[in-house]
Amino acid sequence: MMSIEWLSVLLAVFAGAIRASTPFLLISLGECLTEKSGRINVGLEGTLVTGAMAGYAVSYVSGSPWLGVMAAGFAGTSLGLIHGVACSFRRVNDIAVGIALLILGTGLGIFLGKPFIQPQAPLLPAVDLAWWTEVPQIRAALQINPLFVFGIALALAMAWFFANTRPGLIVRAVGDSSAATAALGIRINTVRTLSTAIGGFFAGMGGASLSLFYPGSWHEGLSSGQGLMAVVLVIFARWDPLRCIYAALLFGGAGALGPALQSIGISEGYHLFNAAPYLLTLGIMLFEYSPGRRIGGAPGELTLFR
Amino acid sequence: MGRDEAALQVSALSKRFGDVVALKDADLHLATGSFHALLGENGAGKSTLARCVIGLVQPDAGRIEIDARERRIGSPKEAHDWGVGMVHQHFSLVPNMTVAENLVTSKFTGSWIIDWRREVRDLDDFCSRMPFTVDLSAPVSSLAAGEKQKVEILKQLFLGHHILILDEPTSVLTLEEADELFGMLRQRTQRGELSVLLITHKLREVFKFAEVVSVLRRGQVVARGSVQEFTSDDLAHHMVGESGLPTVVARENKTAGRTGIQVRDLVVRSDKGIDAVKGADLTVRSGEIVGVAGVSGNGQRELLEVLAGQRQATTGSVEVHGARYHATRHEMLEHGVFFLPEEPLRTASVASMTLAENLAFRGFDQPPLCRRRWVLSRDRMKSRARDLVARYRIKAANVDVPIEQLSGGNVQRTVLARELSAGVQVLVASNPCFGLDVGAVAEIHSQIMAARNRGAAVLMVSEDLDELMALSDRIIVMFEGRFVHEVAAADADLQVIGRHMTGGHHATTS
Repeated sequence: MMSIEWLSVLLAVFAGAIRASTPFLLISLGECLTEKSGRINVGLEGTLVTGAMAGYAVSYVSGSPWLGVMAAGFAGTSLGLIHGVACSFRRVNDIAVGIALLILGTGLGIFLGKPFIQPQAPLLPAVDLAWWTEVPQIRAALQINPLFVFGIALALAMAWFFANTRPGLIVRAVGDSSAATAALGIRINTVRTLSTAIGGFFAGMGGASLSLFYPGSWHEGLSSGQGLMAVVLVIFARWDPLRCIYAALLFGGAGALGPALQSIGISEGYHLFNAAPYLLTLGIMLFEYSPGRRIGGAPGELTLFR
Repeated sequence: MGRDEAALQVSALSKRFGDVVALKDADLHLATGSFHALLGENGAGKSTLARCVIGLVQPDAGRIEIDARERRIGSPKEAHDWGVGMVHQHFSLVPNMTVAENLVTSKFTGSWIIDWRREVRDLDDFCSRMPFTVDLSAPVSSLAAGEKQKVEILKQLFLGHHILILDEPTSVLTLEEADELFGMLRQRTQRGELSVLLITHKLREVFKFAEVVSVLRRGQVVARGSVQEFTSDDLAHHMVGESGLPTVVARENKTAGRTGIQVRDLVVRSDKGIDAVKGADLTVRSGEIVGVAGVSGNGQRELLEVLAGQRQATTGSVEVHGARYHATRHEMLEHGVFFLPEEPLRTASVASMTLAENLAFRGFDQPPLCRRRWVLSRDRMKSRARDLVARYRIKAANVDVPIEQLSGGNVQRTVLARELSAGVQVLVASNPCFGLDVGAVAEIHSQIMAARNRGAAVLMVSEDLDELMALSDRIIVMFEGRFVHEVAAADADLQVIGRHMTGGHHATTS
């Protein structure tokens, strides 16, 4: 009896990890692209909320959840463009602009999203990986968010992009040494603005993955700080898109621990378990930021590490 | 193409930055296949001229001809199209990328998707025709300075440039590395494949490698001709102009006195968390200058940061005048410990504070600048600052300007004035003349020598061997965190020192 209960906890953590990690994955990939180009966008929490709202609204109005995903992406791109263009002016600090966009994006999402709190928009269909089994718990656990599959493909594509394409090398070069790229006649601000805008697209999709997949809905407290964690995830992943997958799964899994334990009746310390991702964040920060040591793999132009 | 034909002809080039005239009707004739040195002090306009030719700066007036065709060069890409490349003063490599990735990124054209197998084959093929080898798969951040500079030059040749501008390329190299590089370039110019414009202020390089020399002063070419027509005194005088060179204070003969600095078994960790200083023992007595030679990145910076209180040692001890020393403000005052660090604007000044405030850092909490230990007297601070500005010939509008508005040489003079005006008993200097012009160098050397003659114990780290030979009583070579060689400056052999700096002693001792 006990063993079946623990198996279902494991399954629930696994399912929860995949469900909760989808926004983490997309948002960390977006942040990874931005940071590789040498800027930090700490405003992705705002992008996440705006993206979730825009995706839900467009899905409701048009009837197509996929159109909603695209709308969420473009909403993220718009916020990314604001960040990118603002930071192209001299003496503008990327972190300050990011904080402004965090507040703007969150407020905009909540303000424009008011009419969409009640109605039910069409959601994204799940990818069914459970064709081989009849066990209901396993079948439920293997209904995967299609945007998670997209995120995995995106991580692979980004890793390939950074290693094997000319634009990929240029993004890395711009992020690591602006002096070197200026000597090559590359327009640094253009590269960074584009990277932030495209990164914003992925983060916006991360928002849609929250509102447009089971048990999707749009409400004001939809994102509970996942967007803020993007910066930590990318540090934890050492600016490697493939390691963003592990980082996202780890954070997602930690977040799923509380509800999974509750489902088998262990509710002591429920809120403590819910705090697991944040404790994990704190632990990683303490471990990675020891004084007198630089973090390996950090792009040289990042203001945090210069 | 004949040898007298111009690979690069610059005529009446002028450029102003605000009120500052950087170039004024400058002319330059770089003959095809020649090795041409461009000499000049800091701020003489050498780099501006080079940056105009490479397309990073647009001149206000004048003509640039490449291979006898007038060209307007809007960007480094266009300069590349006409075959002109430049090795910059500071590295223009991307540290987190490998050598191969750097070389491929630097190509101005190419398809979006990189066929690494073909690229690596091409690179291997290209490198096999070069006189030196570099590990293509190594990340640039893991390379020593000399290797980086080789990659820079490799990059220029890889891009197929036949006109090469080198902007003070040897400031980070050892003597042997510099000779090897210039030797290789010299061979190529002699075969007529390459024309080199070498920007430098090192006369040794001019006489050893260049055929033709031009001297820039205040934006104008004041002398030009074949190198044989000049003596080094001629060239120095052309560089500094009528005012002439100040003479360096002579070394007084005296025996070293009591122990100033005593370092025992010091281990220091670098920013990366690895041991940068691996057990260093060192004694500096009063009345002597101990010079530490070494390629940068061998632990010198970490060693000095411990002495300056900017870094904690892992193990080991430091004593000053026989007492344990932890680099507290109290100990510095008591023992008269002062510093001339490199990059003084970053490491020894607060950029946004005024010249007077920066000059008062050592004594602001002591009388007479301060009453009852708490109340500062700004009037006394300013009058003392005016006095120092006059004595050390600091060029500034007044003492209330933020120090960041001063030129590099004047920031250096400011820190010098602050650190040397009080009673110096122990002086720690790190590349005190890096990037300064001939006049300022002579002045700073004089001040350091005078401090020694007054009985200060001086520890000086420098990458400039000539400077170490001129000033030191003893020279110690630092390599990979250890002191590997020690010699009295009078008996020092540059070749031996150079070998120890690059780790060559392993071959002879083991």
